[in-house]
Parts: sequence; structure tokens; C-alpha cells
Amino acid sequence: MSYVGVKGGKDAILNAEQLVEYYRCRKGGRPLAVDQIQNQMRLLVDKVMSEGSLYSPEIAAIALKQTEGDPMEAAYLVRAFRSTVSRTCFSVPAKSEEMFCIRRISSSFQDIPWGQVLGPSRDYAQRLIRFDLKDEAHLAVDPPRTDDNAPLDEPVEKVVAYLRRQGLMETPVKDHDQVPYDITRQPMAFPMDRSARLQRLTRGEDGAVLALGYASLRGWGSVHPTLAEVRVGYLPVKIRHPYWRTEVVIGSVMVTEVEAICSFKKVEDPQSGTERYLFTLGYGMVFGHNDRKAIAMSILDRALCADQPTSPVEDQEFVLFHIDNMESQGFISHLKLPHYVSFQSALDRIRSIRDKSNNTRANTPAS
Amino acid sequence: MYNFALLDESSKREVRRALLKAIAIPGFQVPFASRELPIFFGWGTGGLQITLSIIGPDEVLKVFDQGDDDSVNAVNLKRLIQLTTGVEVTGRTQAATLLQTRHRIPEAPLRADQVLVLQVPMPEPLRKVEFRESETVRMHAEKDYGKMYVKLYEDVLHHGEITLASDYPVLVFDRHLMAPTPIPRWDVPKLHQSQHLSLFGAGREKKIYAIPPHTGVEPLSLEDHAFRVEDFSSKACIFCGSTAAYLNEIPAPQGARQAYACSDVAYCHAHRTTREAAL
Repeated sequence: MSYVGVKGGKDAILNAEQLVEYYRCRKGGRPLAVDQIQNQMRLLVDKVMSEGSLYSPEIAAIALKQTEGDPMEAAYLVRAFRSTVSRTCFSVPAKSEEMFCIRRISSSFQDIPWGQVLGPSRDYAQRLIRFDLKDEAHLAVDPPRTDDNAPLDEPVEKVVAYLRRQGLMETPVKDHDQVPYDITRQPMAFPMDRSARLQRLTRGEDGAVLALGYASLRGWGSVHPTLAEVRVGYLPVKIRHPYWRTEVVIGSVMVTEVEAICSFKKVEDPQSGTERYLFTLGYGMVFGHNDRKAIAMSILDRALCADQPTSPVEDQEFVLFHIDNMESQGFISHLKLPHYVSFQSALDRIRSIRDKSNNTRANTPAS
Repeated sequence: MYNFALLDESSKREVRRALLKAIAIPGFQVPFASRELPIFFGWGTGGLQITLSIIGPDEVLKVFDQGDDDSVNAVNLKRLIQLTTGVEVTGRTQAATLLQTRHRIPEAPLRADQVLVLQVPMPEPLRKVEFRESETVRMHAEKDYGKMYVKLYEDVLHHGEITLASDYPVLVFDRHLMAPTPIPRWDVPKLHQSQHLSLFGAGREKKIYAIPPHTGVEPLSLEDHAFRVEDFSSKACIFCGSTAAYLNEIPAPQGARQAYACSDVAYCHAHRTTREAAL
């Protein structure tokens, strides 16, 4: 008698695993090469690296292959792998002015130093399905010719630097002694400091970050930014050499960075006692090429700076507890586990209460 | 390929530090960073991180889910622990040195040399009455549990009974209100002045807490509404005949007699063996 539904233990799960593999392969054809995913599913790989919080296009691509293209599962695999690797060192803070940009636009100023560079962008593409891709024979597309030979591989000044020179934009106070908060090694505590908040946001699930950022923009919050800059490019990563104590470049990561100019506020200068009005800043940076997530992140960053939250998206606990896809998908899917014991306990309660109310009714004389 | 017990050593040490603090302050939720594991958050990662952090090569391990060693998730957790540690695994409660459980405490009393690790879905007992973490932290600090008593009182007012079924809130060492995990109320008295150490891990919610041996654990109650365990009077297990264990009912077809079976499968098996030997 099979009285425990999800039972049969080992054989059942081994068979389920084998079936998953069978479903991945059953239609035959050529096995998908990891480098194909890595090179032709660039944005999907970027999403998995960003949520998986590990910069490795190859591991992300293998994870996508293993999970039949489920980006949430793939990101989970990447994070779980991350837990088995020990931390050897921190990088020195990266300077995004040093980024080698492949894309850089501003919606605040028409002419920005070094100009607007669209780069690889679908922003102005017509969303028409290209049926010719069905029979694509070769991967041979040349980069477009450009009349402008200005190189972008030298440090490019930020648009907000211009506003700061004018005394119109707040400047975050730097604490040089501050050790970066590491949310993978330190507990979450509220209120969460900004470095920890940014880490939670950048690992957040694409759709969740987008939805909450959108909610703020639409009216459930007060952030309606103008984008100072959206940058996509290769950011050099440096560490301090263990012996020489000098900074050495160990590689670069592709990132998307957004600086959003948000509403201005009145600030009192502690020295002179004078009052000034300054724009506030929202900041977003994510692994890989993902404009929309970086923009939504910059909105949420600003929203979470609110002293007095007036809407859910300004509430640290509401936003930061619920945007992590590892936590949300894990807990939602745990509902599939057996709950026989606790449900039996709930049955005991409902029957007991029902009996009690039936008795009360029986004992009440009819009027 | 992977380290002993999977996690890197600094992650394990962080868990052990949190455990020491948790044991020193019974029932207090110690925050910890909580790493992602090869199984989903919500599927026992808190318990698993504790198990992986304290397990040694000589451990004898028992993992069971809702009382059942053979339940798929229990099997899966055991597979992962065995794969990365090579420890011996048992189904017998008495033979184990380290026991990881989801939502049950064995019927057989545990000994002082055994450690029980409980998987925790929702570590915060006050979440039922307060959704904000910063506020529940304050309530614990000030031992401000009035809202919880009001909930019990309102239950009695509206339903004539306390409606909390499993995960029944308990006061530990007369100081911290604690969620005993969704064990049935039946199991709650087993935590009171126990011989063994109980460790609680919530992976997704990133909290660890503990009940050391010989610690008072009192289920919350009102003066005129005492705490009561589930009622299985006049019911017995169809397999072992036990009338002294937590039973799960087996939905019967219409007209057929309602049947019940032990939820603790190891207990059921042992009870059946002794009964058959006596016959």
C-alpha cells in the first residue's frame, strides 16, 4: 500500500534525473556546444552571470546547457558553485572612468564629451521576427564602417562630473578606511548600508528588479530620473599585489553602468551654514550587457535612500528581501515538498473548532 | 573535485561561530551569511549548512523528512552529504550520532550524545503578527511578546480555540520566543529539558538558533486555554498498532473505514518488530 505519496526515495529521484537528461536529448540532433551558447546567447549568459554573481561566461553557458535554458536554475547552479570556492582577495575599487566603452549614451545632454555611442543596441530596432534567421547558413557579419575614428579606449569623463563641477550634484562621501561589506560572508541586517544594498540589487532577478523599479517610476514611489549616462564596456579589475603592494590589472569584466540624476534636495553646508540645492544620484551596475536591469537598479538604489519610506519600493525590507531569485524560487517551489505532518495538525485544529462550534449551536435554545 | 563536506572552510567556520553564539543564548536567532547550496533555498539548506559545518568523517547520519527516511528530499540530502563526506548513513534513530530532520522529532527519546538538526522554513515566530524584521528584532530585544498573546486571545474569542496548528511558538529559557519549526504540537514537549542538543538552521532567512540540553521550553498558552497536542485518542497505526505515536491519516474511499499510519517510519518499523517478536 503506497501510503506515503512522494516516496520510493532513491530510485524515484534517480529515474527523474535520468528522465530530465532524456528530455534534454530525446529529439536528437547535434549536441549544443557550450561555446555556441557563450557566443550566440550572449545576453542570456550575461543574465545568468549577473544573478549567479560570478563572472564566468563559460560556467554560465554550461549551466544553461545543463538546465535546458532555464536561466533561474542556471543562475542557481552558478551560485551554488560559488559557495564551494574560497575567497582569496578583494579587488581595489574599480574606476568606471577607466571602462573601455562599447556603448555610452546620455539622455541628459545632447552633446557629451566623446559623443554618444550607441554600440550594439536593439533600442531602435523594429521588433519584427526575422524569418531569414531560420535558415542562416554562416555566421559572417562585418562590423559597420564608421567615419568617426575617435578611440574610446582612454578614460572618459563622467557626465555627472560636469554637474559636480558646477556644484549641482551631490558627491558621495568617501570613507577610505571602509572595508567593503560582503553579503556572501556577513549577515543581512537592517537598515542595510548602501554597499550591501547595491550588492543585493545587482544580484537581484532581472524581472523582479525591473518590476519594482517600474513600480517606483509609475507612481508607487517618487523616483523619475534622467539618465546622466548608460555605459556598457569592459571594466579593468585590479588587485593589490601581495608583495609589491602596487595595483595590478588581473583582467576585465563586461558591465553595464547607469548613473541616474534624480530629484534635487536642499543640503546645508556644515561649514558655511549656507543652503544649496543639489541633484541626487541613483546608481546601477550589473555584470554583462543589460541596460534595463541597470536602469531599474539605479531607480531602486535612489528609492532605498529615502529617509521616510512612503511606498513599498522605498522600504528596504520589502525590496531587498524579495528580489533574490535564489530565495524566491526556492521557497515557492518548496511547496511541492510533503506537508503531511503539518497538514494533519491543521486538520486536528479545524475539526476541533468545528466540533466546538457545533456543540455551542446544539446547546443554544432555538428562539 | 569538492572540499570535504562541500563548503569552503571559511564558510563552515562562520556557521560554527553562529552556532556557538546560538547555544550560548538559547532560542535567540543569530543572523549568518548563508551560502547557496546545490539544493534550493527552502528545501533544507539551513539544516544542511549546519550539518555540513559540524559533520566529521566518523559521524553516523540519519536524515528524515516528515518522519520518513525514504522521502525523496531526505534521500536527496543524504546523497549530497554522503557524496562529499563518505559518512555512514542509518535509518535507525538509536544508531545515529547526527540527525537532520524536516518537521518531526523522533518518537524515540534522543540521548545526550546525539545532535538533532532541524530545517527551518520561517524562523521568526512573530512574523504571524508583525511582518517587519526591524520591528521583530526590537520585540525580541525587549521581550515584548504582547502581540502574540493578543493573537492567542483573539483566536479563542473568534474560534473558541487556539488555531495555531504546527510550528507552535515556544518560550525558551523563559526569555526568547522561538519557532520550533513546523513540527506538530505533538513533538513540542520533546524539546523541554531534553538530553540532546537541538540546532535550527534557516538558510533562506539566514538565521541559526539552538536549544541546548536541559533547557526549559514552554509552549505559549493562556491561563484558561492550555496548550494541547493533537488528539489521536481511539486511533491506532494500521501497520504497527501503536497508539502512542503521531499518526497521519490515509484518505479513505467513501464508505471505507478511515485508516491511520505512524508518521515516524523508523519508530513504526521498530515497534512492529518488537510486537511480532512478542507474539
